[in-house]
Amino acid sequence: MSRTDWEVVIGLEIHTQLNTQSKIFSGASTAFGAEPNAQACAVDIALPGVLPVLNKGAVERAIRFGLAIGATVAPKSIFARKNYFYPDLPKGYQISQYELPVVQGGQITLQVPDGKGGAYEKVVNLTRAHLEEDAGKSLHEDFHGMTGIDLNRAGTPLLEIVSEPDMRSSAEAVAYAKALHALVRWIDICDGNMQEGSFRCDANVSVRPRGQAEFGTRREIKNLNSFRFLQQAIDYEIQWQIDLIEDGGKVQQATVLFDADTGETRAMRSKEDAHDYRYFPDPDLLPLVISSEWIERVKGELPELPEALSARFQGEYGLSAYDATTLTASREVAQFYLDTVAAAGAANAKTCANWVMGELAGRLNKAELDIAASPVSAAQLAGLVQRIADNTISNAIAKKVFEALWNKEGESADAIIEAQGLKQVTDTGAIEAIIDEVLAANQKSVEEFRAGKEKAFNALVGQCMKASKGKANPAQVNELLKKKLG
Amino acid sequence: MSLSLDEVRHIAKLARLELAAGDAEATQAKLNGIFGLIEEMQAVDTDGVEPMSHPQELAQRLRNDAVSETDRRAAFQAVAPQTEAGLYLVPKVIE
Repeated sequence: MSRTDWEVVIGLEIHTQLNTQSKIFSGASTAFGAEPNAQACAVDIALPGVLPVLNKGAVERAIRFGLAIGATVAPKSIFARKNYFYPDLPKGYQISQYELPVVQGGQITLQVPDGKGGAYEKVVNLTRAHLEEDAGKSLHEDFHGMTGIDLNRAGTPLLEIVSEPDMRSSAEAVAYAKALHALVRWIDICDGNMQEGSFRCDANVSVRPRGQAEFGTRREIKNLNSFRFLQQAIDYEIQWQIDLIEDGGKVQQATVLFDADTGETRAMRSKEDAHDYRYFPDPDLLPLVISSEWIERVKGELPELPEALSARFQGEYGLSAYDATTLTASREVAQFYLDTVAAAGAANAKTCANWVMGELAGRLNKAELDIAASPVSAAQLAGLVQRIADNTISNAIAKKVFEALWNKEGESADAIIEAQGLKQVTDTGAIEAIIDEVLAANQKSVEEFRAGKEKAFNALVGQCMKASKGKANPAQVNELLKKKLG
Repeated sequence: MSLSLDEVRHIAKLARLELAAGDAEATQAKLNGIFGLIEEMQAVDTDGVEPMSHPQELAQRLRNDAVSETDRRAAFQAVAPQTEAGLYLVPKVIE
């Protein structure tokens, strides 16, 4: 069988660290980067006799997420104990939610790049999202043959977001993870810092012959902390499973790790019993009851969501679905774009989009800056866009002006255009004078053009632009040059 | 329902309990006794009864999101068997 006869089925479980000040069941700080165990209190290290007390801020963030994906926020949900032994889990169980999670259902619409420069729309359904506590960290560097345990992370609130097995390629899985990553930052429940482990993905991957109704046996790839690794790990895993089945083997359900150095996935030996967690309701915690008033209040405080804003950008500003999605990738980018359009005028919305996604994004990327720290403000960019729109400067000159704005050579596009004499020459007489000069100096090109060589015309336009230092209006140069040669 | 000896050993392993030779049989008998009780209870008609997650008819009280704990590492680590560089040391666990 060839590759195309196989259908890939992927579901993701994503652990998002909620950006609360304190832990989910204790009053210890969640700040990242503290001295080992300086933020691990008696509850976190499971001293005898301590009891968990649920953090309202963590619950509120779960409600916010549920509303943002159109899910049911359960009026009553239950905390359960997930039992396993590992040194970074001092209680011997993790407090999680099992039978009745706080967020049930919901869906998210995404744009998946089609690999040909375009994108298609995809709806991914969510199964659930539940609150739980994070574990500590094991440090395996050598401590005289022992392992070091840092429990600062133990008890950090997590929202585990579980999707349905709705994705059919690694590209779809990455698009989903990116959309979710953007959403949790948008609604400000998670800082999304993947290097610090605030957003971690597990991927359930299986393959089946196309047309087969039941799923193949899945393997779960654990702890992928970058979109690139997510893609690589899934692609490797898919090929591994197909090769195995085509060689007559059978996939065994397993938990696997991705090795970023080799690009391979390998089964974890120690987690043989990993799925035997013996969940039961935690007697230390009463049911979590969320009133409809609370849900309504949170709903009223939600910002306009990226999907709605993206639809508005397409409807009001005529942007493509892909551009609208790019501009709603984060609240900061969307706000910058909105501010730019507000200052430049809605008629220039498309040009604003091109500049925010093009020159500005490229420059910020190169300088490794967030848009919030952009040296060029939305108002300055709007001023630049307006001068392009009214033909004061050409696109090529606009790039120079942008560069000058970036380097703080002037307060505004107007000031820079004025100070550096970059105003586009639209005076017909002045342009004709330049053309005459160029024609006189380039007789060879003129003859070539007259002999039917079209390329010679472009060369002459280029010479005219150069002679005007880029300031001549290109359309006028074209027109007048044609007249003179014709 | 009754448990096989292998299941008893598996449960003991999950619970990190060491069963000495001969203990498995005695444990099996005790556990099967408990399962007998459960079977009796399962005979009761519970249609329409909401599953109970907690014996008290109360809702979870919530705490405001504020840091209230200070660093008490030195006190906690004074009673730990072994520590170094602020870390609790445990027998090597390798993934």
